[in-house]
Amino acid sequence: MVSVLARAGVWLAVLFLAVMASALAVDQGFAIHMGIVALAAITALWFTLRSADYDGIARGVLRFPDQGRYDDDPIRWGMIATVFWGMAGFLAGVFIAAQLTWPWLNLEPYLNFGRVRPLHTSAVIFAFGGNALIATSFYVVQRTCRARLAFPGLARFVFWGYQVFIVLAATGYLLGISEGKEYAEPEWYVDWWLTIVWVAYLAVFVGTIVKRSEPHIYVANWFYLAFIVTVAMLHIVNNLDLPVSLLGSKSYPLFAGVQGALVQWWYGHNAVGFFLTAGFLAMMYYFVPKQAERPVYSYRLSIIHFWSLIFLYIWAGPHHLHYTALPDWAQTLGMVFSIMLWMPSWGGMINGLMTLNGAWDKVRTDPIIRMMVMALAFYGMSTFEGPMMSIKSVNSLSHYTDWTIGHVHSGALGWNGMITFGAIYYLVPRLWGRERLYSLRMVNWHFWLATLGIVFYAASMWVAGITQGLMWREYGADGYLVNTFADSVAALHPMYALRAFGGTLYLAGAVIMTVNVWATILGKLREEKPLRDAAYDAAADRPILPA
Amino acid sequence: MTFSLSTHSTYDMLRHLADSWGLLAMLVVFVVLVAWPFRPGHRAKNDAAATMIFKDENDG
Repeated sequence: MVSVLARAGVWLAVLFLAVMASALAVDQGFAIHMGIVALAAITALWFTLRSADYDGIARGVLRFPDQGRYDDDPIRWGMIATVFWGMAGFLAGVFIAAQLTWPWLNLEPYLNFGRVRPLHTSAVIFAFGGNALIATSFYVVQRTCRARLAFPGLARFVFWGYQVFIVLAATGYLLGISEGKEYAEPEWYVDWWLTIVWVAYLAVFVGTIVKRSEPHIYVANWFYLAFIVTVAMLHIVNNLDLPVSLLGSKSYPLFAGVQGALVQWWYGHNAVGFFLTAGFLAMMYYFVPKQAERPVYSYRLSIIHFWSLIFLYIWAGPHHLHYTALPDWAQTLGMVFSIMLWMPSWGGMINGLMTLNGAWDKVRTDPIIRMMVMALAFYGMSTFEGPMMSIKSVNSLSHYTDWTIGHVHSGALGWNGMITFGAIYYLVPRLWGRERLYSLRMVNWHFWLATLGIVFYAASMWVAGITQGLMWREYGADGYLVNTFADSVAALHPMYALRAFGGTLYLAGAVIMTVNVWATILGKLREEKPLRDAAYDAAADRPILPA
Repeated sequence: MTFSLSTHSTYDMLRHLADSWGLLAMLVVFVVLVAWPFRPGHRAKNDAAATMIFKDENDG
C-alpha cells in the first residue's frame, strides 16, 4: 500500500509540474509537449490508483495468455508496438518519397519534407527498431539466463516510458521542435527523459543477467549489453546541451563548429554501429540458430565478431566528414577503421549463414529462415558498400548524393527490417501460445514484396546517386560547371518515382505482416495448401551410380 | 586547463599518447580478448555455450 501511495505521489508531482510548465511555457511547442506529459502522468496516476483491473481487461482484449515461467507481458506489448510503429514509419517513408517526386505533396507547415523526414527516420529506427530491440532483448535474456525478468515494474516503465519518448519526439518534429542533429533531433527535455528510461532499461537487463541460473552468458546478451551501454554513452555526450530557458524547447549544444560536427558523427555512426548493428546482431545470434534448430556455426567466431566490432566501430565516425574542416588525419583514421570493419562484418555474416550448413533446404521450405538469410545477405552487402563509400576518392563522388540514401536503406530495409520481421514471426505464435502463425503463405508474400521493394529502392538510388555525383563535378572546356543544381534535380525525377514505388512494395509487405500477426494473436489458423508439395517419386529416389 | 601550459600542448600530449601507448594498450587488450576462447581445452565449453539455447523445451 505504501508503495502504491508513493508511486501515485510521484505521478501526481509530475502532473503538477507538467501543468505548471505548460502554463508558464515560453513557446507554444513546449506548452503542447508539457500538455502531453501531463496527459501521460494522469494516465499513469489512473492506472496506479485503479479500481478496476485495467491490466486484466487489456490482457483479455489482446488475448494475452497467462504468465508462465518467464515474464512475457512487456514483450507482448513490445511486439504490438513494433508492428504499429513499423507501419507508421514505413508509411511516413513512402509519403516523403512521394513528396520528393511530386513536391505539391509538401503540406505546409506541419507536413513538409523537412518535418516529416526526421519523423520517418526516428519512427523506423527508434520506434520500430527500438521496440523490437527492447522486446527481443527481454525475451532472449530471460531464456538464455533461465531467469525471470528482474524488476518487473521497472520493465513496464521502460516500455511505456519509451513510448512517451517516441510520442514527444514525433510530435516535436511536426511542431518544428528539433535540434537539427541527424538521429538526435529531440530537444533537451526529451533527451533527459530518454536518459532516465534508458538507465532503467540497463538496470532491468543487467539485473536479469545478475540473477541468472546459467553460468555462461550467451553471446547474444553481449551484443545487447554493448548496444545498451554504448547507446547510453553516445546519447549523453551528443546531447550535452544548454537550454535557453527551463520552460522553453530551445537549447544549444556545448560543442561548436567542427568539434560539434565530429561529436555528432561519432554519435551518428555509432548509432548505426551499436543500435542498428550490435543490437540486431544479438537478434541474429539467437533467432537464426533457434529457427534453424542448429547451433551457431562457430561460437569462437561470434566472440571475434563481437570484440572486433566493439574495438573498430567507435573510430569510424569521421568518414561522414571527408573533405570538411575536420583535420585530415582524423578523416583518414575514420576511413581506415571503416575499411577494417569490413572483415569482422563479413565474419559475422558468414557465421550466420553457415549456421544453416547441412540444413540449406530450410531456405526453400521455411519462409522465416529465408527472411533471415536475406537479412544476413543485406548485412553483408551493406557492410561491404559502407567501407567502400568511406574511401575518400569514392566518397568524393558519393557524398551528399542519393547513393548514401540507397546504402542506408539497403542496411535498414534489408538487414534491420528483414531480421526484425523474422524475429516477429518467430515470437508471435510462441508469445501467444499458438500452434503456428496464421499463414505461412502470407510470410512468403511479405518476403517477396519486401525483397522486390528493396531492389527497386537500392537500384534507383544507385543510379540517382551516381548521376548526381557525375553531374555536379562535370566541367566544360571553358572551366565552368556544365550543370546547374536544378538540372540534376530534374534528371532524378524518374528515379525518385521508382524509389517511391519500391517503398510502396515494402509497405505492402508490412501490411500483410500486420494482418498475419493480428490474426495469429486472435488465434486464427488459415487453411492453406502447404508451401511445398512435391509428390514422392519412388523411381527417382535412388542414388546416382557412378558410370 | 590546469594540467598543462596551454591547450595546444594538451592536444599534443593526448594526440601522441593516443597513437603510441594508448594504441598499444588497446591492441594488447583486443588480442587477449579475441584469443581467450581459443585457449587450450576450451572447445567443449564453446560447444556447450553454443547449444545451451536448445536445452529447454519450454521456452515459449
